[in-house]
Amino acid sequence: MKNQLILKNGTSASLDKMPVLESDAFRQHLTNLLQKGSRLSALFAVPTEQQAIVYAAVADDETAEIELFASKCGRKNISLTPHIPQAHWFEREMAEIHGIEMVGHPWLKPIRFQPRKGQTVEIIPGATEYFEVKGEEVHEVGVGPVHAGIIEPGHFRFQCHGEKVFHLEIELGYQHRGIERAIPGMPHEKAIRLMEAVAGDTSIGHATAYAMNIEALSGLKASQNAKIIRSVALELERMANHTGDLGALAGDVGFLPTSAYCGRIRGDILNTTGLICGNRFGRGLVKAGGCGYEIDSDLKKQILDKLLLIEADLHSAIDLIWDTPSVVSRFEETGTVSREDALAIGMVGPAGRACGLMVDTRISHPFGAFDKFAPAIPLIELGKLGDVNARATIRWLEIQESLRLIREMLAALNSEPAGYNHEQVKPVANSVAISLTEGWRGEICHVAMTDEQGQLKAYKIVDPSFHNWFGLALSLRDQEISDFPLCNKSFNLSYCGHDL
Amino acid sequence: MLQILKARFHQKYRTFPFPEKMPPMAARYTGRPEIASGNCKSGCNACVAACPVGALSLGENKRPIIDMGSCLFCRACETACPEKLINFTQDFSLAANKKEGLLINAATFKRAEAMGNELRRLFGRSLKLRQVSAGGCNACEADTNVLATPNFDLARYGIQFVASPRHADGLLITGPVSQNMKLALLKTYEALPSPSIVIATGACAISGGLFKGNSEVNDGVGNLIPVDLYIPGCPPNPWTILEGILRFMGRL
Repeated sequence: MKNQLILKNGTSASLDKMPVLESDAFRQHLTNLLQKGSRLSALFAVPTEQQAIVYAAVADDETAEIELFASKCGRKNISLTPHIPQAHWFEREMAEIHGIEMVGHPWLKPIRFQPRKGQTVEIIPGATEYFEVKGEEVHEVGVGPVHAGIIEPGHFRFQCHGEKVFHLEIELGYQHRGIERAIPGMPHEKAIRLMEAVAGDTSIGHATAYAMNIEALSGLKASQNAKIIRSVALELERMANHTGDLGALAGDVGFLPTSAYCGRIRGDILNTTGLICGNRFGRGLVKAGGCGYEIDSDLKKQILDKLLLIEADLHSAIDLIWDTPSVVSRFEETGTVSREDALAIGMVGPAGRACGLMVDTRISHPFGAFDKFAPAIPLIELGKLGDVNARATIRWLEIQESLRLIREMLAALNSEPAGYNHEQVKPVANSVAISLTEGWRGEICHVAMTDEQGQLKAYKIVDPSFHNWFGLALSLRDQEISDFPLCNKSFNLSYCGHDL
Repeated sequence: MLQILKARFHQKYRTFPFPEKMPPMAARYTGRPEIASGNCKSGCNACVAACPVGALSLGENKRPIIDMGSCLFCRACETACPEKLINFTQDFSLAANKKEGLLINAATFKRAEAMGNELRRLFGRSLKLRQVSAGGCNACEADTNVLATPNFDLARYGIQFVASPRHADGLLITGPVSQNMKLALLKTYEALPSPSIVIATGACAISGGLFKGNSEVNDGVGNLIPVDLYIPGCPPNPWTILEGILRFMGRL
């Protein structure tokens, strides 16, 4: 291919440089890249007056490059999914939003139950065809959208034989609130708050991705201190969620000590974020161009003191898991996803790493302060990969790694203001920017495109949950249905981040 | 076993004695806004322009009015006001019985009142709630969930989140109510035995929040079912949620 558009993480280019390929060439090029080991970070369509244009963003973890290319798309398209399983959810999304038929897609049905533009037929969420196993003694269990706990809504359909699950199908969309559609034309000060609400437990991850795109489009560079504070907040977010989930995993197997302690410690970590910006979820911390809050030496000391207590509490609470054989035996060999499956469906984040995939955008496509402070990827020894125990172990290793990174990053803060200047936020016209961040669930990908006035005309958000929900479904194959809560919590995917 | 006992000893007793003592909030925590007395002399409109979500309007004598039902508590208006009329306090008691009660135009604020005597006789000492998440971002849910942890220990107040609306005295709803959750919410509401109460938690559930005006949402619970208590914030601090519920039960 002659013309290529290759971007580094958090950079932009003129949209004129975007290669627009014939659909056959598009498919061929995408297949080639993925066969060479690149990952499909985003695949989405943008409607124009005549027809929709499909864009692909393919991340190469070896070279830290992201290749973007496009193809004009008719009403009918040959589906990539039979050869590239990673594309299956993206193609379902495009079919649902834009009415593009994906010929050959094995299971083309809605993912969000969102009405198409101009569609007047009332849509009943969850009302669709489900994969069905037939036969004597085979039965179906339906759960949701309203669940028993304080959890987001989603519908789960299990095909069971006795206690054994043959297949789990997950239908989401109940949290769909029109985020992507609302962004074009929205003032940036509001849009970044909206990004914080893509998935409330990943406020920093999504807000950072948005800020990076707007900075790239405006030719702005966040100061080193701003990068550090944003990265510290991202690691606190990771620690808080991993801690809460390890507690919940213990709770799901009836081991209450770790469950009770971790629930509280998670709050202590959220309160540490609260020390920086007043809000437990880091709202208002990330700004396009920099950071909304400063960390002076007093605050730095407060944070470090608090982390010392948190670290001791975490060790006391979490070491109990692996000291207790009855807990470990419930974690081991439960909810296993093979490395091959994880690779094929493009799993990301700790769930992917627990299957042995080397995926971490902090390392492969460094952003923020991670170019100087890289985490070591913890890998669990082969043979024990991909089960609940592996996912729990990875999360505990990551908590400890985050603690190390936060301390190192805080030590590197200098006395310069982190600040930001809203006046400088002026995205250039007819451009495209892409950003990847490593949220606690995995890779977050945002793609921004501007129109002739420099206003955002299209904005694509890919939450890590988008890649991983199908992984959860696979983890339930041949499992006891009673292990569903445990498997579910080991992934703890986002409904709202998926539904947008 | 020894390890478990050792951990128990290390983790100590951590339940905070609320309401006997007031929980410490972070120095940068943003609570209830106050509008200072006196007229706005410049009438510059900077506060209204600064608000990312349109939570501000100008009332009599161009004095700002903040709608806590939409407010993100981001302090943009406070920073923008050249006359320093707006000041965000550390007060985390934000709940109100009526949506209009969330409009702040002075230094004072009428806090939520307890439910009526008959309801209080039934629910004042034991309140079972069913939580429905309806199109938000899961932050309100997270800070509601946290009330069950030892620090807050919700159960000591006789409050419990239950698994079925049939077991519940009321609903605590979060999110702007997406179109896709409307039916499920209404069904859950209808499944409550009467009498019942409804608590709208977070800016989304009160006004639509950041999603207000999107055709995919219903701009808050109140447009579908009657609401008895509004707990503002984006998301509200857990103490705000707990304080609001306790106040409504007549326990404060």
